Amino acid sequence: MTSVENTSAENNVPKNKISDIAMAEQGTSLWKDAWTRLKKNRMALFGLAVLMLFSIIALLTPWIAPYGYEQQNLDLGASPPSAQHWLGTDIFGRDLLTLIMYGGRISLAVGFVATAVALIIGVSYGAIAGYVGGRTDAFMMRMVDILYALPFMIFIILLMVVFGRNLLLLFLAIGMVEWLTMARIMRSQVQALRQQEFVEAAVSLGLGPVAIIRKHLVPNALGPIIVYTTLTIPGVMLLEAFLSFLGLGIQPPQTSWGLLISYGAETMEEFPWLLIFPGLALALTLFSLNFLGDGLRDALDVRSSKD
Amino acid sequence: MLRFIFLRLLQAIPVILVVITVTFFLVRAAPGGPFDSDKAVMPEVKAALEAQYRLDLPISQQYFAYLGDLAKGDLGPSFKYPGRDVNELISAGLPVTAELGAYALLVALILGGLAGIMAALKPNTAQDYIPMSFAMIGICMPTFLLGPLLVLVFGIYLEWLPVAGWGDIPGDKILPSLTLGAAYAAYIARLGRAGMLEVMSQDYIRTARAKGLPEWRIVVKHALRGGMIPVVAFLGPAFAGLLAGSFVVETIFQIPGLGRFYVQAAFNRDYTMILGTTVFLSTLIILFNLLADILAAWMNPRLRAQLGESK
Repeated sequence: MTSVENTSAENNVPKNKISDIAMAEQGTSLWKDAWTRLKKNRMALFGLAVLMLFSIIALLTPWIAPYGYEQQNLDLGASPPSAQHWLGTDIFGRDLLTLIMYGGRISLAVGFVATAVALIIGVSYGAIAGYVGGRTDAFMMRMVDILYALPFMIFIILLMVVFGRNLLLLFLAIGMVEWLTMARIMRSQVQALRQQEFVEAAVSLGLGPVAIIRKHLVPNALGPIIVYTTLTIPGVMLLEAFLSFLGLGIQPPQTSWGLLISYGAETMEEFPWLLIFPGLALALTLFSLNFLGDGLRDALDVRSSKD
Repeated sequence: MLRFIFLRLLQAIPVILVVITVTFFLVRAAPGGPFDSDKAVMPEVKAALEAQYRLDLPISQQYFAYLGDLAKGDLGPSFKYPGRDVNELISAGLPVTAELGAYALLVALILGGLAGIMAALKPNTAQDYIPMSFAMIGICMPTFLLGPLLVLVFGIYLEWLPVAGWGDIPGDKILPSLTLGAAYAAYIARLGRAGMLEVMSQDYIRTARAKGLPEWRIVVKHALRGGMIPVVAFLGPAFAGLLAGSFVVETIFQIPGLGRFYVQAAFNRDYTMILGTTVFLSTLIILFNLLADILAAWMNPRLRAQLGESK
């Protein structure tokens, strides 16, 4: 922003500074306000704590996992939880805690990366449609409507069948589905914002559309976007787990919570812990994300923009 | 209203065409032909097979021939089950899946609707918190986890209900329907609560109260219709989700429905089967979305008035 200020006429500089200060003040107070409200929501804080814990564990897994990922003990076979193996072992005698930690890396990565893909596509698309307006907007949103009507779940399965199970493809396929709602939210935000005076001021200062979208519109539309992002991640993780459960997602030797649950379900009569612990990990994560999303929605006072 | 329905129907046609085209070319782009197997097949046999499945024609001709077959309602043969075609498999699987879906939807509407209404009538009390906590669990508990857990508890430990099958033993339809319906009950409870809360604070409800109507009548006659609009709007997307859920539930409970066929076809790489089922299921989903939209428009007087004016 400073470079733009310097190139514009000199009498603009103080004006811009004032608006900067005003914006900064409003910005911090909004976020501070939200944080104060969020702090009162115990479930949301609990969710945040669990997520941070799981993320740290996932990042550090190669160093802190109790056993090696490929370490088998076929003599031991499936054993219930014990002092050596806190969550027991699977039918090959692999430590279940280790498997869950490594599976969590994949599950969380799918959740975060695919959501990031959706976020980038959706926010840019929605911002452009909302900012440009007119026929372009009508055309772009018509495209979104048509894509909305496509049955994506079936398409993702189709993609996995045709091109083989591939982690990168899974990220892309899921991200491609989830950006649609993001684009709609962003567009309606931008439409409301671009009428406001600070955008007019930015236009009259000679700021280009890209800079306006990046510096002024996106930051101001952040609230609903953050909320919807937190609510998208569990949906994405669920989708990956669903595909892996059916055997169409993550492929061994890699593993994910969905795949572990699928194996656990096969042997649950004899070895129920193989189903219960991975299930608990997934359910707890989904819970945390949903509670955090709900909490953020209340804290940022976003009217249910999801529907 | 008729105009609205007609317009929406018109919009659905290009979408269905896009689905058919994309699916067709995706499946054709798949690496490896359907008859590439480990066993060496004599070239003449292979050529005869390819001619039978029209694989010897240029792809554009294959595409138009396929469209022509579709127009006649023929979804094509199966590669893996010689002599059977996709239509047969669908007509065998569809009634089962439809029944499962209908029960699940019933479970979802009754459980979810009641919970949502109950919660909205006394917000921020135990009557609100308890059903809403269950709803949260229902949303976070994926079908493929809930199913095995229910089997474990009610089938294996308590031995109350059969753990597999469909229509063979009395009571074997309960667990699958419950498993499939649970997540949607949870969503409906939340949507219903929000919708009812909004409606209950409207002026016309106050008027009804002022007239001295009993509370149940206010809820049933006045609030329900408006409060359930979000639920109805959700039914379209829910249908697609139910179908996806049926893949899992039919696999877990070994139910011979469409979902299981689809997953098996995906595993067997039975390309024509996948193509046919995808086209069929996609069309079904698109039509149900359409139906839900029309229903929501019909239930919403404001939208109805708008549609009426724009004639």
